[in-house]
Amino acid sequence: MGKRGTREYTFWTAGLAAVIVAALFPVLWLLMLSLKTPDTIGDGRFIPEKFTLENYTSLFDGGFDSPLLRPLINSVAIALIATTIAIVLASFTAYAIARLDFPGRRAILGGALAIAMFPPISTVGPLFDMWRTLGIYDTYLGLIIPYLTFALPLAIYTLVAFFREIPWELEQAAQVDGATPFQAFTKVIAPLAAPGMFTAAILVFIFCWNDFVFAISLTSTDSSRTVPAAIAFFTGESQFTAPTGNIAAAAILVTIPIIVFVLIFQRRIVAGLTSGAVKG
Amino acid sequence: MARIELDKVSKVYGDGFEAVKAMDLDIADGEFMILVGPSGCGKSTALRMIAGLEDISSGELRIDGEVVNDKAPKDRDIAMVFQSYALYPHMTVRDNMGFALQLAGVDKEEIRRRVEEAAKILDLEQHLDRKPANLSGGQRQRVAMGRAIVRSPKAYLMDEPLSNLDAKLRVQMRAEVSRIQQRTGTTTVYVTHDQTEAMTLGDRVAVMRAGVLQQVDAPQTLYNAPVNLFVAGFIGSPAMNFLPATIEGSRLRLPIGEVELPDELRRALEASGDGSRDVIAGIRPEHFEDASVVEEHRLAEGHVFEAKVSLTESMGSEIYAYVEYEGEGATSDALEEIAQDAGTAEVPGAGETQIVTRLDPTSKVRPGETAKLWMDTRKLHLFDVQEGRNLTLREQPAAA
Repeated sequence: MGKRGTREYTFWTAGLAAVIVAALFPVLWLLMLSLKTPDTIGDGRFIPEKFTLENYTSLFDGGFDSPLLRPLINSVAIALIATTIAIVLASFTAYAIARLDFPGRRAILGGALAIAMFPPISTVGPLFDMWRTLGIYDTYLGLIIPYLTFALPLAIYTLVAFFREIPWELEQAAQVDGATPFQAFTKVIAPLAAPGMFTAAILVFIFCWNDFVFAISLTSTDSSRTVPAAIAFFTGESQFTAPTGNIAAAAILVTIPIIVFVLIFQRRIVAGLTSGAVKG
Repeated sequence: MARIELDKVSKVYGDGFEAVKAMDLDIADGEFMILVGPSGCGKSTALRMIAGLEDISSGELRIDGEVVNDKAPKDRDIAMVFQSYALYPHMTVRDNMGFALQLAGVDKEEIRRRVEEAAKILDLEQHLDRKPANLSGGQRQRVAMGRAIVRSPKAYLMDEPLSNLDAKLRVQMRAEVSRIQQRTGTTTVYVTHDQTEAMTLGDRVAVMRAGVLQQVDAPQTLYNAPVNLFVAGFIGSPAMNFLPATIEGSRLRLPIGEVELPDELRRALEASGDGSRDVIAGIRPEHFEDASVVEEHRLAEGHVFEAKVSLTESMGSEIYAYVEYEGEGATSDALEEIAQDAGTAEVPGAGETQIVTRLDPTSKVRPGETAKLWMDTRKLHLFDVQEGRNLTLREQPAAA
């Protein structure tokens, strides 16, 4: 290696360190903020003078009616339900698009792309009206439907790409072995498309979890308000203080499930899962 | 164990392309039938129609007398070995082999027994709990075969299963395939483009070209009595030599000299009733010899000629000498298609005015020298220039 090697190594390490710091610094700052007492919030120091867990505990004051518990439950439930439905529907769609040649295939794919391009905020007004008429305003369903609408195109595209990678012959082998098309799908194709499904699942989950626009517009009470919207309704110590500490604590709490979710599923995305199936 | 009959089976694609044209083939119970032909001749399509992976455009497919045109692959009780093996990568070898039985609801103990028996036959016992990704090509191919064997199906359908293996392994696996088929006695339909495989493995071989069945016969009959130019040029390695020729009475004029037509050829010619003068003469490399090696009394039975040797290849057991002759080469669609498929169409000057001869290893011919060679005229075949029909069939080929 020699001199050149070490210089390059140092350069790249420094570069990577810089990128990591830039990316993580806001999160770390937030973490530090959440540990500060209300009177030191604005002191501009990175490491807090006085540590406190007040900001976290006050979030759960009041048990079930606490500022964060109900919204957290809502967020988890809505995101999980929406993700599950989205993946199931997207899998079936993607399979059909990747494998079958039917009239309207291009139209469906194009339509899905067009929907993804649509600015979500422009649909909020009409949705507010419609949901109130239909009676699903401020319910889980009221949020799940727009989430599905905007997340499905992404999921479908991801899964079509993965399905295309799976050799057609595997299904034929399964058919000859005695499987119905549905059995071939569930026993052979779906396991192989698992990396794609987990990738799509992560993307959809994050989308639903972080959404603010629909959460704030289509909910009015804690019965279905999700965390991003709930944070907006935090009250400070007095009418003159912003609940910065609480907001920071809530943000940290809300980020943890996402990190856990991604870490669990990220290990499942193993490249080359289909290696060894076919020659060449 | 089943009898498979194709009755005028055709496959026409949406854009009008006819992959298989009215094919009639009768495969007996327990027979090892080979479908062979150049790329694109429709052999794989025919196999997939038997499997049920392709729809049949017209005609009937019968398995054991029952019409199965509309039966799903899973209901036909046939097992298929794919060219690319198509092993399930997320399952172990054991699960791969047991998958079909599992789907059929066979009980676990029985599955275990059958899988282990097949593994023993194929020498896969120590690999049973590994995944396909960790196996070599030969091992994967054996797993693919194991998957077919455990099912004890009515028929095995194999689509070029050995083409992805290296040469030495291919020779070994060929024997393996043959051994297994004989042991189980299962009807087998095997597709290949390698005529050596076809000749060594099959009970009968069906030669196909552009969707049309050319000839179905035992390997030896195909070799001795090819019905047309295509079959003659396809079967046999190195390929048969083709020379333009003219019939003049009882003599045949070839670029390498004039020969007296042997009696049997003359009789066959009369029987086929063709009055044309220009023909294509075919003679295999193995029916030539170095004149100095041939015994005296045999020299008169053939034709001795001199030709310039351009190249020799010594195989140890024989010598292949490539000799040039004056004049033009023989041309025909059939010959061009064979050249295309073999890739020799790309090679400049290959085979045009050249004869490949197989000589005794003691022959002293050298490249650049003129050699005295002998040709066994009794082994000549004469083909019609237009259609390529063999005008001098002596051994009667069997009906399909």
